[in-house]
Amino acid sequence: MSSLAQQETEVPTIVIRPSRGWIALKLGDLWEYRELLYFLVWRDIKVRYKQTALGAAWAIIQPFTSMVVFSLFFGKLAKMPSDGIPYPIFAFSGLVPWTFFANGLAQSANSLVDSANLIKKVYFPRLTIPIANVLSGLVDFSLAFMVLIGMMLWYGIIPTGRILWLPFLLLLAFVTALAVGLWLSVLNVEYRDVKYTIPFLTQFWMFATPIVYPSTLLKEPWRTVYGLNPMVGVVEGFRWALLGTKTAPGPMIAVSGVAAIALLVGGAFYFRRMEKTFADVV
Amino acid sequence: MPTSSESADAIRVEALSKRYRIGERRARYKSLRDVLARAALQPARVLRSLAGRAPDGGAPQTIWALRNVSFRVGHGEVVGIIGRNGAGKSTLLKILSRITEPTSGLAEIRGRVGSLLEVGTGFHNELTGGENIYLNGAILGMRRREIERKFDEIVAFAGVEKFVDTPVKHYSSGMYLRLAFSVAAHLDPEILLVDEVLAVGDAAFQRRCLEKIEDVGRHGRTVLFVSHNMPAITRLCSRTVLLDEGGVAADGPSHQVVAKYLSSDIGTTAEREWRDPATAPSSGAARLCAVRVRGNNGGVTEAVDIRKPVGIEMEFDVLEEGWQLWSSFDFFNEEGLLLFGSIETDPEWRGKPRPPGHYVTTAWVPGNLFSEGPVIVNVELLTTHPHVRHFRERQAVAFQVVDTMEGDSARGDWGGEWSGAVRPMLAWKTRYERSGDQRRALGPEAPVDAR
Repeated sequence: MSSLAQQETEVPTIVIRPSRGWIALKLGDLWEYRELLYFLVWRDIKVRYKQTALGAAWAIIQPFTSMVVFSLFFGKLAKMPSDGIPYPIFAFSGLVPWTFFANGLAQSANSLVDSANLIKKVYFPRLTIPIANVLSGLVDFSLAFMVLIGMMLWYGIIPTGRILWLPFLLLLAFVTALAVGLWLSVLNVEYRDVKYTIPFLTQFWMFATPIVYPSTLLKEPWRTVYGLNPMVGVVEGFRWALLGTKTAPGPMIAVSGVAAIALLVGGAFYFRRMEKTFADVV
Repeated sequence: MPTSSESADAIRVEALSKRYRIGERRARYKSLRDVLARAALQPARVLRSLAGRAPDGGAPQTIWALRNVSFRVGHGEVVGIIGRNGAGKSTLLKILSRITEPTSGLAEIRGRVGSLLEVGTGFHNELTGGENIYLNGAILGMRRREIERKFDEIVAFAGVEKFVDTPVKHYSSGMYLRLAFSVAAHLDPEILLVDEVLAVGDAAFQRRCLEKIEDVGRHGRTVLFVSHNMPAITRLCSRTVLLDEGGVAADGPSHQVVAKYLSSDIGTTAEREWRDPATAPSSGAARLCAVRVRGNNGGVTEAVDIRKPVGIEMEFDVLEEGWQLWSSFDFFNEEGLLLFGSIETDPEWRGKPRPPGHYVTTAWVPGNLFSEGPVIVNVELLTTHPHVRHFRERQAVAFQVVDTMEGDSARGDWGGEWSGAVRPMLAWKTRYERSGDQRRALGPEAPVDAR
């Protein structure tokens, strides 16, 4: 990128001055540092399961055991409706994107504090840190997703062309995790309390998301309002795209998309605004 | 190098200032509980602080780490930055490296910047040497292709060819440092900002680092070099900027500025003498003559081996009869934290009035107590009944505690970052217990191999 030709024509000049108020996102700067982003993701993936006996199997164990427990208690005992789908796969298809979201959120919320040493010693766009943390969760997601496909085949569910929608739904989950992660990571720099609230937050959020129950329990227009929780759109979208439930992307998922983007844009600006204090406070 | 830029400066600093809220420089975070308690009383202010605005009114306590600093560095100049601890050197470098923002003022840097505030930033213990080269290179701002090209050179320079595929957690501290420095040394910026990276490692390693910086300077690169090492500053830098209390106190040829620093009150050194009785700190009853830092071999020294005792020697004259006197030394670290204080306990003089005359009193601090880094000593002479302070000299002397990383300090074989105000050597003992049936077979007192 910074080719010789470019260097010969102009010397890169950095102007350092105090910033005031709400500042630009400088996404170009982020692009300049994409290789660092790559290496941070690569590092996270490399070291994630070092010194664990089960290694990457943890990526599967986590959603799978939840699925077993939910199937037992909600599916068998509570006889929760599941949109006409066998309950285990109904729950698992929600848990796979949910686990990606919840882990991404937790990782990125703690990311700035965990990288304090880097922040205090080296300059780079700080946004790379939480982004890398959410991105590295994609490996775990892929592993769990393969199990999901296996389960579908076991239950005799053949994916249709709708599966092409999945990347968009995954992107929505990514955006949501990053958006919330940005807000929390900044607050975490100043208030370490955030770290302790994350387990509660994700737990409450999970029950506010149709993982163990279908969103069809709600009637319109409440279903659409329910979409304000972006993970509702993601989970119902996943079920529609993979299992063929009747929860086709409609107004609800549109609401989810808008909510996620608003959260992300707000989070990014908040992050940029507070960024200048990180090295002094963290 | 483009000809058009040769006339322009590489670094231009204009009226740069940086204010810290007190306590902010140390890792300190608020607890939400405090904020909630305040929120109940002053909701508007808390909201503002969450949005990154400085709280108004109530004037939070602040210090200016930098005040109106201006200077220029031409292309190809090698400039030293000196000053005592807390003078603002590191803050200046952090601002120029874009790690933290100035409070006011402006700095302009023309050219690709590499900044080295630490070697091995971002090294991950679980990753191999080779993997860490890529990671650390990317963190320092190198392109992947550039790292690929220089990879063999970096490995060879560090001398770790055989261990490229070994996780760095298995490296010795020397190997770890060599690799970390090697990556940094292959950074190829037009402008290099270096901070006291050389405070770690053994003498040979430090020499290599200095040679590399010298080399960079000789190739027409611009270097800004912060150090406490005066010989290195005078050798490497043609020009030096002296910072004092956040401002520029001197700027000129290195030997002149260094001489000024060492001779003035600004420089805290290992030896201070007050030859002129008129200006020496004094109460009329007693007068300070000299303070020195003495190493294990008895000589005056600025660098103290972390494992060896260090003596603080104070010479003073007693001018009046009849005072009971106590010498008192306080030891501070770089952050201004009082590590400990000590008061004279020599039984020969305890509780006895002293005849007039010249006294030399020395306190020996045992080895393996201080952390690495600078230690600043305040000296006082006191009488307790009635309470009189005959003199007090703040920052009378200072010395640098150095770990030569030979493996027999409290560090063991760990070469990375180590915080903590003191670093005592503890008596660690690990007992191995064989599992139940083995023990039964061997008897409870069976010898155990400690390894």
